[in-house]
Amino acid sequence: MFTITKKMNLSHDVHWMDVDAPYIARKAQPGQFVIVRIGVTGERIPLTIADSDRDAGTITLVFQEVGKSTMVMGGMKQGDNIDDVVGPLGVPSHIEKLGLVVCIGGGIGIAPVHPVARGYKEAGSKVISILGARTKDLLIMEKEMVKASTEVRVCTDDGSYGQKGFVTNVLEDLIKEGAPIDVIVAIGPVPMMEAVSKLTKPYGIKTVVSLNPIMVDGTGMCGACRVTVGGEVKFACVDGPDFDGHEVDFAELRLRQRMYLKEEREAIETLTYMSE
Amino acid sequence: MNDKNKTTPKKELVPRQPMPEQPAEERQKNFKEVPYGYSPETAMIEARRCIQCKKPRCVAGCPVGIDIPGFIKAIEDGDFPESIRILKESNALPAVCGRVCPQEDQCEILCVLSVKQEPVAIGRLERFAADWEREHGEVKLPKVAPPTGRKVAVVGAGPAGLTVAGDLIVKGHEVTIFEALHKPGGVLVYGIPEFRLPNEIVEFEISNLEKLGVKMVNNVVVGKTFTIKELMEEEGFDSVFLGVGAGLPWFMGIPGENLNGVYSANEYLTRSNLMGGFDFPRHDTPLKKGKRAAIIGGGNVAMDAARTAKRLGAESIVVYRRSRNEMPARIEEIHHAEEEGIEFHFLTAPVRILGNDEGSVVGMECLKMELGEPDDSGRRRPVPVKGSEYVLNVDVVIVSVGTGSNPLLTKSTPGLELNKWDYIVVDEKTGATSIPGVYAGGDIVRGAATVILAMGDGRMASGAMHRYLMGEPEEEPEES
Ligand SMILES: Cc1cc2nc3c(=O)[nH]c(=O)nc-3n(C[C@H](O)[C@H](O)[C@H](O)COP(=O)(O)OP(=O)(O)OC[C@H]3O[C@@H](n4cnc5c(N)ncnc54)[C@H](O)[C@@H]3O)c2cc1C
Ligand SMILES: Cc1cc2nc3c(=O)[nH]c(=O)nc-3n(C[C@H](O)[C@H](O)[C@H](O)COP(=O)(O)OP(=O)(O)OC[C@H]3O[C@@H](n4cnc5c(N)ncnc54)[C@H](O)[C@@H]3O)c2cc1C
Ligand code: SF4
Ligand code: SF4
Ligand code: FES
Repeated sequence: MFTITKKMNLSHDVHWMDVDAPYIARKAQPGQFVIVRIGVTGERIPLTIADSDRDAGTITLVFQEVGKSTMVMGGMKQGDNIDDVVGPLGVPSHIEKLGLVVCIGGGIGIAPVHPVARGYKEAGSKVISILGARTKDLLIMEKEMVKASTEVRVCTDDGSYGQKGFVTNVLEDLIKEGAPIDVIVAIGPVPMMEAVSKLTKPYGIKTVVSLNPIMVDGTGMCGACRVTVGGEVKFACVDGPDFDGHEVDFAELRLRQRMYLKEEREAIETLTYMSE
Repeated sequence: MNDKNKTTPKKELVPRQPMPEQPAEERQKNFKEVPYGYSPETAMIEARRCIQCKKPRCVAGCPVGIDIPGFIKAIEDGDFPESIRILKESNALPAVCGRVCPQEDQCEILCVLSVKQEPVAIGRLERFAADWEREHGEVKLPKVAPPTGRKVAVVGAGPAGLTVAGDLIVKGHEVTIFEALHKPGGVLVYGIPEFRLPNEIVEFEISNLEKLGVKMVNNVVVGKTFTIKELMEEEGFDSVFLGVGAGLPWFMGIPGENLNGVYSANEYLTRSNLMGGFDFPRHDTPLKKGKRAAIIGGGNVAMDAARTAKRLGAESIVVYRRSRNEMPARIEEIHHAEEEGIEFHFLTAPVRILGNDEGSVVGMECLKMELGEPDDSGRRRPVPVKGSEYVLNVDVVIVSVGTGSNPLLTKSTPGLELNKWDYIVVDEKTGATSIPGVYAGGDIVRGAATVILAMGDGRMASGAMHRYLMGEPEEEPEES
């Protein structure tokens, strides 16, 4: 049993949750994730460790309600228990002291990019973060990102806050300004990571993306999470989740993520039916 | 007690007792166990067939050397508690082995009766004794020795790890099992389906271990949550056993393998067995049931996947490169699969998997093979027949072409010696690895093998671990 020690809403469907998991908190590094199973009939879903506190023995999960499991989690409160949390899984993000690092978080992707930005900054790199959201109310963790970065630029699709446009517009401006970027870390929806990778490829700027295929065990045992990178099949849970964005087959990833669309809708229907 | 051979010659006339089972038409729609097991009367009749050889050849075929005539004699005498006592001297999980051991290649193939007639049904009798004990609430937990003050960590709760835990807890050591998944049992719970090995049997054995004092800690991936070094230096474990299995699924590397609807057998079976995917949406984990499923491979795992797909409502087709004779699956499994209406395409190799715009499987192109010269393994090598391509209409493909060593733990453990296939190198007589105090056994040492071999490894390692923990010198093992 893993107890929820804190729970809050960041926007209407995005939640922050601290979970008591001392062993995981002690080991967690930026870029790693856990697999959560809420209860006996639950699915195993991967969530990035957005933060961890060794002393308190807690890890922070930030998640968006997109389907049955995340909706049920969204309804949980402080003091409730989650049956299973396992981790920290995946290869930690590579972090070193560099001249300039650009961290891009799109939507819910701001949560997982946060520890990476902080890590680079603590290592002594200059960090410019670009945060994107559909609209002002959906922008999360701006305060935390300001702390974790040297400079933050915000954009919204509808222009309700910050610059109007996509993170790629902001990034393009930055590149054109001639910023000497050493590496870009982009985490967010697949189309965003793909667009960023496409933009940076002609410039030859190293671009790291964090892939989120469907997973089951998270230990390399099932192969559900296979992605094609540089023409080779990789298991994202053990070989990743970070990969070179210029090498990733995004089209395949997008199709694979939609594998259970029909079943997921059915699951939500039974959830609504049960709560009526 | 071995001396009855000559006195009752009539015995040889009794045929091997069949085990009643669910009819094929019915069982292909449910996940309930296929064979029902012997009644006490049938078990005693079957037990009487054993001629109690003085030098029983059958025992030599059992990897853990069970006193086979001994436990069978007890059944014949109706002394079921005695029979289970004898079994448990050598085998911690008789209810499991009686069901899934490849008996026909191990103990039964050597039974003297098989010269003239069918061998004694050793596996069925073993299963009977174990089921009788469980169903009659007769389980006697062994006595636990006084605490030694030594702490042991077992990594992986498969048959190898469970055996080590059971052996060392009764010797008075403190035992903790760390399991990566949310449920212990290893392949017994995530791989082998309910209709061959009901989960409740494994759960029961694990609850007995817990009653003896074994601590079960799920959701710990050693190599990630803890390293072996941390377990020994910071968490105070004096010795560690690695029984992490061979869980890395192989794919074939053919085009279309990443289409939606293509599974490794591990994923397919895990979704169904461990996650309850057969019961979606009551369980949250979805599984593509499919209308027609192709299962690639010819081993036990392929049979399990094919029979699972059938039960989920798909037409189920096994595609195998060689012929029926070369199939590595147990005869009983092939037989059961055939009865359940599973189709077999022998001498057939997949070339590529075909998809639609949505990235879902719509077919699989295959090539006919013929048998050529024997290869290194002595089996005739399949060679493609030119121009024999054809398309199999399927919407699910389950790849079951074997598994390899999962590098997650081994790569995080400096100083752990591996062979060229990345399996752990151990001392053959003790299971000791290249790191002092660390032992290993089961599939992570042998490559994908069997339940009983994993348990045998566990038994051997637990003996050596006990001596190590007590500071006793490593003795020369006795020859038997
Ligand atoms: C390494 C990794 C880290 C992630 N970190 C976060 C995070 O920090 N915050 C966050 O909100 N989301 C994160 N995700 C995505 C998250 O796992 C999915 O949103 C979640 O599984 C959805 O489950 P559901 O039952 O609510 O929705 P469903 O209705 O089951 O699915 C909705 C969509 O989520 C994806 N999905 C479903 N099941 C899985 C699964 N088992 N594994 C991966 N994706 C799945 C699919 O694309 C699907 O279309 C991460 C995914 C990965 C692989
Ligand atoms: C579908 C299928 C059918 C089979 N049918 C038969 C059969 O009929 N008869 C037969 O004899 N054999 C059969 N086998 C083979 C048999 O199941 C295996 O040989 C046996 O289970 C190996 O036992 P093990 O203890 O070595 O490992 P496993 O049973 O594989 O158990 C290993 C355990 O370790 C855990 N683990 C892995 N890595 C870590 C880590 N880093 N930290 C913590 N825990 C970890 C795993 O989650 C797992 O629970 C079958 C196998 C499969 C897959
Ligand atoms: S454990 Fe397996 S090999 Fe040994 S006697 Fe039992 S069925 Fe035969
Ligand atoms: S070889 Fe056959 S008949 Fe002889 S003891 Fe073993 S089981 Fe009995
Ligand atoms: S999630 Fe199973 S191998 Fe990656």
